[in-house]
Amino acid sequence: MSLTDTSARRAPAARLALPPWARFLLGRLGQAFLVMALVVIGNFVIMQMAPGDLVTVIAGGADMTQEQMADLRARFGLDLPLLVQFWNYVAQLLTFDLGYSYRMNAPVWEVLSARLPTTAALVVLSLLFSVTIGTVMGVVSARRAGTLTDMGINAVALVLYAAPSFVVAMLLVLVFSVKLGWFPIAGLTTVSAGYTGWALVKDMAAHLVMPVTALCTFYVAIYARLARSTMLEVMDQDYVRTARAKGLSETRVIYVHTLRNALLPIVTMAGLQVSTVLGGAVVVETVFGLPGMARTAYDAVFQRDTTMLLGVMFVSSLAIVIVNLAVDLLYTVLDPRVSLK
Amino acid sequence: MKPPSQIRRFLRHPSGAVGLALLLFFVAMALAAPYLFPQGPYKMVARPMLWPGQNPDLLLGTDSLGRDLLVSVVYGARVSLLVGLSAALASAIVGAAVGLVSGYFGGWIGDMLMRITDAFQTLPSFLAAILIVGLIGPSIGTIVTSIALVSWPMVARLVRAEVLRIKTLDFVQACRIMGMPDWRIMLAEILPNSLGPIIVATSLLVANAIIIESGLSFLGLGDPNMMSWGGVIGNGRSALRMAWYITMIPAGAVVLTVLALNLIGDALNDVLNPRLRKG
Repeated sequence: MSLTDTSARRAPAARLALPPWARFLLGRLGQAFLVMALVVIGNFVIMQMAPGDLVTVIAGGADMTQEQMADLRARFGLDLPLLVQFWNYVAQLLTFDLGYSYRMNAPVWEVLSARLPTTAALVVLSLLFSVTIGTVMGVVSARRAGTLTDMGINAVALVLYAAPSFVVAMLLVLVFSVKLGWFPIAGLTTVSAGYTGWALVKDMAAHLVMPVTALCTFYVAIYARLARSTMLEVMDQDYVRTARAKGLSETRVIYVHTLRNALLPIVTMAGLQVSTVLGGAVVVETVFGLPGMARTAYDAVFQRDTTMLLGVMFVSSLAIVIVNLAVDLLYTVLDPRVSLK
Repeated sequence: MKPPSQIRRFLRHPSGAVGLALLLFFVAMALAAPYLFPQGPYKMVARPMLWPGQNPDLLLGTDSLGRDLLVSVVYGARVSLLVGLSAALASAIVGAAVGLVSGYFGGWIGDMLMRITDAFQTLPSFLAAILIVGLIGPSIGTIVTSIALVSWPMVARLVRAEVLRIKTLDFVQACRIMGMPDWRIMLAEILPNSLGPIIVATSLLVANAIIIESGLSFLGLGDPNMMSWGGVIGNGRSALRMAWYITMIPAGAVVLTVLALNLIGDALNDVLNPRLRKG
């Protein structure tokens, strides 16, 4: 009885007696909100600091008098106090209106949503391959720690870790397109061939091999190093020794008892990596002429399409935030020790 | 005092010695550039796209505009190292400050600072750099700022973790009892004791900054007044079929410099944080 008494007395002090999962979710949502707030503020500050504004972009192509430009500024609200402009920007984003690109003559979201799938495919494939290949390399390396195999894998990881994605991309183009002619040099499909169905899938896959590889290599190195060090750490733990002492086969010890626990930091890393892979996608999509969202950022820079560029930043950050939320939830499923806090 | 023995241990560390030798080579290159080639990297010296060795005076050949590739590579070392060092120093200082304050004071200030750090770390960093440099204008200043802006969170988290550990140690408690002001405890007592992870992180930050800078220049967002490796690679892209050496030579320079810094980082980590690494 006394137990219920204390909890009843404590409840009002804790303001909201939420179940742990709800508090966890609220905390994560708060963090996601903070990231988006940072992006919106950052976007606005950069917009203010950039030389020229929306009107100079529109006026760029046409002859306009100072009066006409002032008139346009008034119509877009660019002559209002900064705080009001900021509020208008936030209000616009809250309705998920990313603005209108006067360079593309289309709403920003329309352009980006059409290009999002390519980038998403690139990022997801790269993450998948780099986690798998990297983990396998790390596990092999850890099992044979100190041997020649281990040293070889470490050396490969070291070189991959030092090669920026655009360098890998250029090397792949040189070797596999220019010299060997194995893979198409650019684009997502062979437009002239007009493939459909299974042939189209195969064609796209051939076009994606090099971009995905270029985007992977750096992360393969990261996961290989991470998997190796966590495997070595976990192999020292008492429960692994117990598993060995029980007479379990080495394969079972490694894959069921050790790897499962070593996977946790890898999942965390994969979640964090989504944002950097997206950055790498800009370079890779540019080199391989892929019609993705990241490449739009590159084009927008040179067309001085500020609205589009800010839109790419907003959409990318939103995607990252959503993926991170998903990873957090996955984490609590993978590791029951992570109390939802 | 330990420092001399730590330096010796670093030099005896195989990756430390190799990394340092490589890095010194590039540093020497960067420092010697204006004395070796006072004419600067933009001067046209011969026919475009001369392969390395085709003309014995032009060791690495010429690029698609007839400029000496060797001179471009030597001058490129200046940009990469300058940007790398300045961006790494800036992010180390900001990160250390945030980490110190957040770890030492804790409470809601610490929480808030860490939430902000996390938010910065979640941003797509290369995209943010493109946004800043692309819209405000490419120059060494904006490039360094944009890199620092996206790199400091890593240092902040590392320093905070160190501070949380160190502040519970007896000597810090003793300083508090003596009535030492907080800022002196932070700067004179805790900071020197958490230098190890900061130094290791800085070497990796330099490497990372060099990668970002070369990526920006590759996309045509480098400082237009400075010859950088990424820029040479980007310009050589269209000539890849005819003259791949124009891209691959500066690409090799980027990879070797980053490799050198990573090797140094690994060695420093083994020497300065022995308890962190076993394997």
